[in-house]
Amino acid sequence: MILSKRWLNDYCKIDIDDKQFAEAITLTGSKVEGWEQEGEELKNIVLGKISQLEKHPDSDHLWVCQVDIGAEEPVQIVTGAQNLKVGDYVPAALHKSVVAGGQKITKGKLRGVMSNGMLCSVAELGLTVNDFPNAIEDGIMTIGEECDRELGKDIREVLRFNDTKIEFEITSNRSDCMSVTGLARETAATFDKKFEMPKPIVNKGHGDVNEHLKVSIHNPDLCYRYIGAVVENVRIKPSPLWLRERLRASGVRPINNIVDITNFVMLEWGQPMHAFDLRYLEGNEVNVRTAKAGESITTLDGEERALSEDMLVIADAKKPVAVAGVMGGEYSGIMEDTTTIVFESACFNGYSVRSTAKALGMRTESSSRYEKELNPESCMLCIMRALELLQMLDAGDVVNGMIDVFPTPKPEVQLPLDAQWINNFIGIDLSEAEMVSILEKIGFTVKDGVITAPYFRNDIEHQADIAEEIARFYGFEKIPNKKLTGVAEAKLTEKQQYERLVENSMRAMGYSEINTFSFISPKAYDKILLPADSELRNSVVISNPLGEDTSVMRTTAIPSMLEVIARNYNYRTPQAKFYENATVYKSNGLQELPTESKMLTFGAYGGDSDFYSIKGAAQKLLDILGIEGAEYTAYKTSPTLHPGRSAKIAVGDQVIGVIGEVHPNVCKNYKLGAKTYIGYFDSDALFALKNTEKLYHALPKFPALTRDLALVCDKQTEVAALEKAIKAGAGKMLEKVELFDIFEGVQIGIGKKSVAFSLTLRSPERTLTDTEADSAVQKALDSLKQIGVQIRS
Amino acid sequence: MLKKLDELKAQAVEELAAISDKAELESLRVAKLGKKGVITSVLKQMGSLSAEERPIVGQKANQIRAEIDTLIKQKQAELQLAEQNLKLAAETLDVTIPGKQPEIGHTHPLSIVLDEVKEIFSGMGFDVVEGPEVEWDYYNFEALNIPKGHPARDTQDTFYITENMLLRTQTSPVQIRTMEKRKPPFRVIAPGRVYRSDAVDATHSPLFHQIEGLVLDEGITMADLKGTLEAFAKRLYGEETKTRFRPHHFPFTEPSCEMDVSCFKCGGKGCSMCKGEGWIEILGGGMVHPKVLQNGGVDADKFSGFAFGIGLERLVMFRFGIDDMRLLYENNIKFLEQF
Repeated sequence: MILSKRWLNDYCKIDIDDKQFAEAITLTGSKVEGWEQEGEELKNIVLGKISQLEKHPDSDHLWVCQVDIGAEEPVQIVTGAQNLKVGDYVPAALHKSVVAGGQKITKGKLRGVMSNGMLCSVAELGLTVNDFPNAIEDGIMTIGEECDRELGKDIREVLRFNDTKIEFEITSNRSDCMSVTGLARETAATFDKKFEMPKPIVNKGHGDVNEHLKVSIHNPDLCYRYIGAVVENVRIKPSPLWLRERLRASGVRPINNIVDITNFVMLEWGQPMHAFDLRYLEGNEVNVRTAKAGESITTLDGEERALSEDMLVIADAKKPVAVAGVMGGEYSGIMEDTTTIVFESACFNGYSVRSTAKALGMRTESSSRYEKELNPESCMLCIMRALELLQMLDAGDVVNGMIDVFPTPKPEVQLPLDAQWINNFIGIDLSEAEMVSILEKIGFTVKDGVITAPYFRNDIEHQADIAEEIARFYGFEKIPNKKLTGVAEAKLTEKQQYERLVENSMRAMGYSEINTFSFISPKAYDKILLPADSELRNSVVISNPLGEDTSVMRTTAIPSMLEVIARNYNYRTPQAKFYENATVYKSNGLQELPTESKMLTFGAYGGDSDFYSIKGAAQKLLDILGIEGAEYTAYKTSPTLHPGRSAKIAVGDQVIGVIGEVHPNVCKNYKLGAKTYIGYFDSDALFALKNTEKLYHALPKFPALTRDLALVCDKQTEVAALEKAIKAGAGKMLEKVELFDIFEGVQIGIGKKSVAFSLTLRSPERTLTDTEADSAVQKALDSLKQIGVQIRS
Repeated sequence: MLKKLDELKAQAVEELAAISDKAELESLRVAKLGKKGVITSVLKQMGSLSAEERPIVGQKANQIRAEIDTLIKQKQAELQLAEQNLKLAAETLDVTIPGKQPEIGHTHPLSIVLDEVKEIFSGMGFDVVEGPEVEWDYYNFEALNIPKGHPARDTQDTFYITENMLLRTQTSPVQIRTMEKRKPPFRVIAPGRVYRSDAVDATHSPLFHQIEGLVLDEGITMADLKGTLEAFAKRLYGEETKTRFRPHHFPFTEPSCEMDVSCFKCGGKGCSMCKGEGWIEILGGGMVHPKVLQNGGVDADKFSGFAFGIGLERLVMFRFGIDDMRLLYENNIKFLEQF
């Protein structure tokens, strides 16, 4: 909402600077977003009068003007415009002036003749011919009698192009503040000034409105009130300067007196209005109804728009002539030859207007007011104001009477004034009298302890709403700042502590945290080569997505991870490691909310990344979480991973995670030219299995013995199987078994490999003898022999 | 003989001064103090002395031997030190060569600030709670006093799954869920992802983060709201931070407010960051609407409370001077490495 300060002053005189005004009114709840002076950039442009006009001696289109600017000597200015004559009043940009767009004007010679400035067109002043209908587009602006033509005066003052435009952010509950009078009321209350709602007066006209018009509301749930008035002998002409300048400063283009009146009333009172040419209302009927199947309308902006059956329209006997509360139709609009008009002042259902405007893609000044829900009470005042203006402007002859269809008037809102409750709620201590005085200055009445809300305050329905009114005019800044007291225990939950530990651990291992969107493209499942019948393709689908790329909620965070890796790879980053504790969404059908769970995803490429580094990270994380007994088994059937280089991680029967090298075809899909390794854990499973309670174990008192074993086995034999056999054989003296070498070569034999382990043996009770150690090793070898593994000779 | 001994010592001192390596020193030691050394040979000649002279000479010889021995040991230490110094000098490193830094991962800027916010509220007795991102219309709107057709629904363009299931547009539904789960008094914050169908640009994202806060107790007033949120602002931005509360409108709080903090760049004088206002809006809040308390099953006559919502991205962008929200979701390692 843009407020003209000049217009505001019509209703509430304030004389403080703009910044102070903005701050104060912001603190009472009408937020100022900014303000600007009209014509701010114009510098050193004054009113001049052409006292002499001669052809340029060396040009057939230039004119040499002597311009009287009220000084002793006239100023000589050369112009190329052809519309001037002696005696014209013109804007003269003098030497060292600035015109609209910031262009600087200095004196100089034009074909040998000195020109001490420039005469300006409307555009060069930042105005349009709508603002000054007597001006022409392609020529110098000539200034008529409507302006104060004092020679030499700053052009902004002459044209009254010096208003302040204040931009407000009006919250959705305050439709009453979408108007000059509404903001004047707030201003007056903020600065303790007087404000009185004006009462429009309409002089007696002629005839009877009922002879001209019939109004019916067919959908009273969507139209609460409709008032129609008729004006005959309409005299279409431009509005006077005072009206045009107020529209301009409010960001509305002046058009002609009738259209301007409707806009003026809307801006001033917040009630949108419309004017129809009665000639085009077939049957002289106004029907407020929803559109019929197949109906369409060409709106004032020249667009033909198909209407749907839930849209409310104003129709004559046959066809829609306006989209209710949004925009009028082109054919029934006001034209140069219009003679009889109908003024509409109506109240439509806000939701209906809003959804219609949205569906048609045209949010107008009118719809933006209706959508905040207006009150039917103001319809009458506003149509009176429109007729008052019409008579003031001598724009036509009012027909007596109005047609007022008002099926269900809204009851007044009344609430008890409970001062103690309000004080307790806000944390202040005001007397009832102080509260009454605040309420009265914003239009409430209080009688016998009962508050009656003014009709324009749709938002008042509860004691808390009254408390807010009191609080904002008492001043939020005056409410004390109190520290919370009382006992409150706050502690991270076990789950939160666990997540913190996991994330700290991932970072300690060099993985950086990423944050990716929870919605992905369904094509992402193709990119990671999920089979067509994969359960993971059963996503929660957004019915109105921004685009396909963000249309389903992910069931896996792998595509998000791969996208980030691919992006970094394509930015030519040679290596990177990432993790995300990502939320994934498992659909439970449309009757139940999906299951949201955390999937800890990690990925790496470049540098020293390989299968064993990603496995190492997984192992270390499990170690930190105290999860023992995890088994890593080859995962040959993963669609996304390399069949020979991926593993499932399981504890007991439960698979808790997967690690592996990304399948080359998946890499190709992501345009990833580097070998990439990813892994994930079911974060909830890790949480359930974790055992971070630490217990001290006595430090070893006796020395350990180590024995190295070099074994020969089939190439396919997994190291885990060897370790298992060693552990089974060596018994409880075996403290640690560590792989230290794997070797293949002709000397070992085709299809064979040599695997070397270092065994640490220790007893908690005594120093082991060599014999004991050797015996344990022998048992390990026996156990290995059972799975066909020999000691390397 | 005594004189001879003195001469021997003088000679030894002289010879020692000329020695520059350990081997020479060792042969000197043998020559002087060894079994065939000069001192021994003097002692061997003692037989030719008188009984009175013998102990005197013997004493003197032992004294000279001890003195030479001390001198040799001193020399030895000197040589050792010199040798070590040479070795150390040879081992000199270029300390300006970059060190071997352990590679550690970086925390996403959103988490850095979120952790800080959590810690501040934790310190004030707030628990951290969560709620689902895919939510019922009821929790996201209805129960928060935003019935169907309410204009506030339009300012939060919503992604729908079905007519009644949606991606939450705010973290406020966690207010209702918490009221259903816990009995007041309580203090909670609920950080999380929220969704609105805004196209991606420098200041909009269809997914962003909010931190909801809710305090319910007997006798909670706006003064508690102001005090708590001011304390939060001061802890987040420093003690000198000023706060300003402006009336605002949210359907689920009444009175509602927005809190501005004095611009952290210019301190309130007005600059490009605060668009000349001197203030930067960081959160919205208010007293929980009695209707919302009722919807959450809380006795509105007994309990009152305040709620607030903070946009995390905004805090993060101001904190680090990030001018484009897209950077937060692009996850370029060059960006992440800066934190």
